[in-house]
Amino acid sequence: MTNAIEAEGLTKRFGSTLALDGVSLTVPQGSVLGVLGPNGAGKTTAVRILATLLRADGGTARVGGFDVARDPHKVRQTIGLTGQYASVDEELSGTQNLVLIGQLLDLTTRGAKARAKELLAWFDLQDAADRPAKTYSGGMRRRLDLAASLVGRPSVIFLDEPTTGLDPAKREDMWDVVRNLVTDGSTVLLTTQYLDEADALADRITVIDHGQVIAHDTPDGLKRIVGGQTLTIRPSDPALVEDAYQIIARVSGTTPERLGGAAISAPVKGDRAMVEAVQALSSAGIAVTELSLHLPSLDEVFFTLTGTRNRDTEEAA
Amino acid sequence: MTALLEEPTVDAPTEDRHTIPSRAVRHTLALTKRNLIKLVRTPEQLVDVTLQPVIFLLLFTYVFGGAIAGGSQHHYLQFLLPGLLGQTIAMGSVALGQNLNADIEKGVFDRFRSLPIARSAPLVGAVLADFVRYLILCVVMVATGYALGFRVSTGPAQALAAIVLSIGFALCFCWISVWVGMIARTSGAVQGIMFLLILPLSFGSSTFAPTSTMPGWLQAFVKVNPISHLAGAVRGLMLGGALQSDLLWTLGWMAALLVVFVPLALRGYRRRA
Repeated sequence: MTNAIEAEGLTKRFGSTLALDGVSLTVPQGSVLGVLGPNGAGKTTAVRILATLLRADGGTARVGGFDVARDPHKVRQTIGLTGQYASVDEELSGTQNLVLIGQLLDLTTRGAKARAKELLAWFDLQDAADRPAKTYSGGMRRRLDLAASLVGRPSVIFLDEPTTGLDPAKREDMWDVVRNLVTDGSTVLLTTQYLDEADALADRITVIDHGQVIAHDTPDGLKRIVGGQTLTIRPSDPALVEDAYQIIARVSGTTPERLGGAAISAPVKGDRAMVEAVQALSSAGIAVTELSLHLPSLDEVFFTLTGTRNRDTEEAA
Repeated sequence: MTALLEEPTVDAPTEDRHTIPSRAVRHTLALTKRNLIKLVRTPEQLVDVTLQPVIFLLLFTYVFGGAIAGGSQHHYLQFLLPGLLGQTIAMGSVALGQNLNADIEKGVFDRFRSLPIARSAPLVGAVLADFVRYLILCVVMVATGYALGFRVSTGPAQALAAIVLSIGFALCFCWISVWVGMIARTSGAVQGIMFLLILPLSFGSSTFAPTSTMPGWLQAFVKVNPISHLAGAVRGLMLGGALQSDLLWTLGWMAALLVVFVPLALRGYRRRA
């Protein structure tokens, strides 16, 4: 399988900050790579270099077979970019935004209009097509931004934190869009701060921190490293917390953590843990107000991979 | 969905045409249109080319007119208007740099930079759209002048030539603003830097007062100041009198501004991360 994106030892320095410190990554054609990392890890810098917006200080990168430094024009004919902040023209309507991109990609005016209409319909924006984008909600803006990056039918698509700031329902919508892109054969590189997002969408995940790749694996592989999922329950009767604690300890085979408000959580492995916990709680007559199974947070992933918590996650991206 | 990404149904970007100038021209015009749409959608941005020149014309005519031109406000208006055109053009250029700076900060230009188009197209498109603003400025200025008693003493052709020259000068001068827009960190800084430049250029000129009373060093500055020469050329065209020297100086300055600031602006744009 050929690689749509190949980067080798990318470095980039901004003043005294080393934003990228030798990042290498590969994305096979038609697959999705999730680049996972906290704010300031270097995700956006990497995307900007691969999308020819920024020149690397060192290292090489090829996108669609073209060198980003030597052949940026060819790379630009291959890619679509959706930035972290929906970069649509606020004063222009949805249609005008997309027609402009179409014209810049050498479609005829008629062709650009047809393409705009097609994309607006696909992203469910046809009712807002003629309104200025500044009247759009956050989710609509993201969809328009993504639509703009697809006007030229790019074979490689960069999505820089496509769901940051979206509410959960809109997030799911965006995930569906990404899945559809892949079904059609596009290669996608997406950055995210959420393991669940990378897990839901990516074929492989590259974890970067402080400008370095600290893990590269499949979602399942990564979850094996960081300890599967976390089960959290909250008994409705506070008097039964101790009984519940014993049950969760037995099911998970670990020492559960006591959270605030009588909630208990424990890392679990395998697919049966939740069912076993529910059965045990049920036969003990313990009702619960909260019951959830979730993937470790980015914090927990980093704790496992780097052994440090309390990271400064407020560094500039 | 499949139809959205597979072989294009309408027409496709053709390869390797990026060096053909006609393509660059088309892209530039598409981006000019973008800026014009923005202009129409935010008419409040036209204050600096509509209300501002009117206020300047009124204030300077009636505050200084009596004192400077021996008590004749009419004579002062005849003297002032051609020069004030230059000052308001310089001030009108500030918004261009500010808007470009804001566009870059907001990430709008990231999209353009990721497209296979000439790097200069977004900047040139913005400058060309500014033509409309300068045209409005000139029309407002001359119309207000006429209402106050200004009269062209040559002819319509010369008056038109004066306006064409002013707009041409504006389209060259505004590249300074574009460059500052590329290198300044914020749009507020663009304004600050530009005013620092424009105040000495516009007041250290022959716009408001005859230069004969000025000290020698200031006269030397006024003699090379492009705003002075534009004022002189426009006076010559609209009111008659000596023209050739100021006209040549103005055209020379226009060429110099383009030669220096277009490459600087493009370099600033490329370097902007």
